[in-house]
Amino acid sequence: MKIAAALKNHKNNFMKYRFLLMELVRKNIKLQYRDSFLGMFWTFLQPLLMTLVLVFVFNNIFGRSSNGVGNYTIFLLIGRLLFDFYSTSTKRAMRSIRSNGAMIKKVYVPKYIYPLSQVLSTFITFLISLSVLIVMVGFFNITNNNPIHLTWRVIYCVIPVFILFVLSLGVGMFLATVSVFFRDMENIYDVIVTLLFYVTPIVYNIQSLKIAQNSAQMRIFKMNPLYGIIGMFRAAVIWGNDFTQYWDMNLMWYSAACAVFALGVGFAVFYKNQDKFILHI
Amino acid sequence: MSNYAVEVNHVSMKFNINKEGVDNAKEYFIRLLKHQLHFMEFWALKDVSFKVEKGDRVGILGFNGAGKSTLLKVIAGVLKPTQGSVRVEGVVAPMLELGAGFDGNYSGRENVFLYAATMGFSRKFIEKKYDEIVEFAELEDFIDAPLKGYSSGMRARLGFAIATAVKPDVLILDEVLSVGDAAFRAKSQKRIENMMGDGVTVLYVSHSTDKVEEICNKAIILDHGQMIAAGDSVEISKIYQSMTLNK
Repeated sequence: MKIAAALKNHKNNFMKYRFLLMELVRKNIKLQYRDSFLGMFWTFLQPLLMTLVLVFVFNNIFGRSSNGVGNYTIFLLIGRLLFDFYSTSTKRAMRSIRSNGAMIKKVYVPKYIYPLSQVLSTFITFLISLSVLIVMVGFFNITNNNPIHLTWRVIYCVIPVFILFVLSLGVGMFLATVSVFFRDMENIYDVIVTLLFYVTPIVYNIQSLKIAQNSAQMRIFKMNPLYGIIGMFRAAVIWGNDFTQYWDMNLMWYSAACAVFALGVGFAVFYKNQDKFILHI
Repeated sequence: MSNYAVEVNHVSMKFNINKEGVDNAKEYFIRLLKHQLHFMEFWALKDVSFKVEKGDRVGILGFNGAGKSTLLKVIAGVLKPTQGSVRVEGVVAPMLELGAGFDGNYSGRENVFLYAATMGFSRKFIEKKYDEIVEFAELEDFIDAPLKGYSSGMRARLGFAIATAVKPDVLILDEVLSVGDAAFRAKSQKRIENMMGDGVTVLYVSHSTDKVEEICNKAIILDHGQMIAAGDSVEISKIYQSMTLNK
């Protein structure tokens, strides 16, 4: 009874501040490119140009072989789009409590609104930037240059996207709490994200590494939930015609479990400490 | 449903003074070595209890640092008390920090919606009130300009217009609500008086006993975080005046 009442209370509070959540999401998106010449077009242009840079660097300068990756540009673009959502949303969520300090000190607002609005606005930008992927796939298929065999299985990509959203929200809530009490976290996390970029198979294919398939090193690689998430998305888009071989069910459950765990820990830590935020910002 | 609009039950609020300053390891270790890490506890509020009946207008008197602002922040829900609890019935309009949710890069129009959302209003409500708000703030010509270009008077006018667009059940007022020029001040004064006429419960913070006697029917005195007197506003004002003289 008590729990039900508490839940109802939470729901009412959420309904009351739903409009604020929407307004904050809208603000984050609108202000991101305000006063820039190309405006919202940057959400499209930025990942496209960044991917072209990476393709240029890794295909030409390092001259890596594109074995086992299908279309390397698409392979890389997917990895980068998903990773970018993860890193941007968690970083923004982490800073959200401190950067809204002035407001938190003056008016009552449910505090989870701040990290949640950051993750949501980054998510919407991410969905818009997926149009780059559509355009690129269209480009390769129309010019018939290393075309992608799209199948109906493309819809499977919603699964990794959903898992990634849950994971990012959980990690973001956790980091937001930690950075209020321990400001150095912001600098430490920047380093962690850079490390994560290289240990996640974004620019390379894990099978092309000189590591034995069942070695301990490989298992550590696969412990990174982003590995499974990006792998699933690629399987859905690039390997639709060879789906069962590339879509790893175990990894799906593993990354989903990681996401749920992150969300649980993130919310628990956040709720336990949120009343103390105001004393530290 | 009770007859009380605000119930403050044994509220205490503790701040650790040193703790707020130490947020990096270097400072922490230096203080640890110097044995300066015993946090000074500071009780901004100590076991404060009172009840406000619906329609009452309560003046909160006290010297600087007596805990008035802390008490209002606790009632407004911004601070969570270390001990005790607060129950407020109905919509609270804290007129303490007008424009706390404003964003300088946003236009005036966008800020109306953002600030209203911060105060917990619904979209429908604010769409209905939008024209009235802009008209009251006298900002028709500048509403689409970014807020960072506004003068502090313009900001305050807009903040006041939005915050008072709702008809609150509990109104929290800070002493001098000096918003804008004389004409606007008269207008805002009138709006608040209208609200009071409608039977709104008011919490009014002040140093001035004249104002408290004029506006409020009841009053309390806070001193060093403790409530030392409560009752009829005229009597309490007398006590406060003698306190001021003896200080």
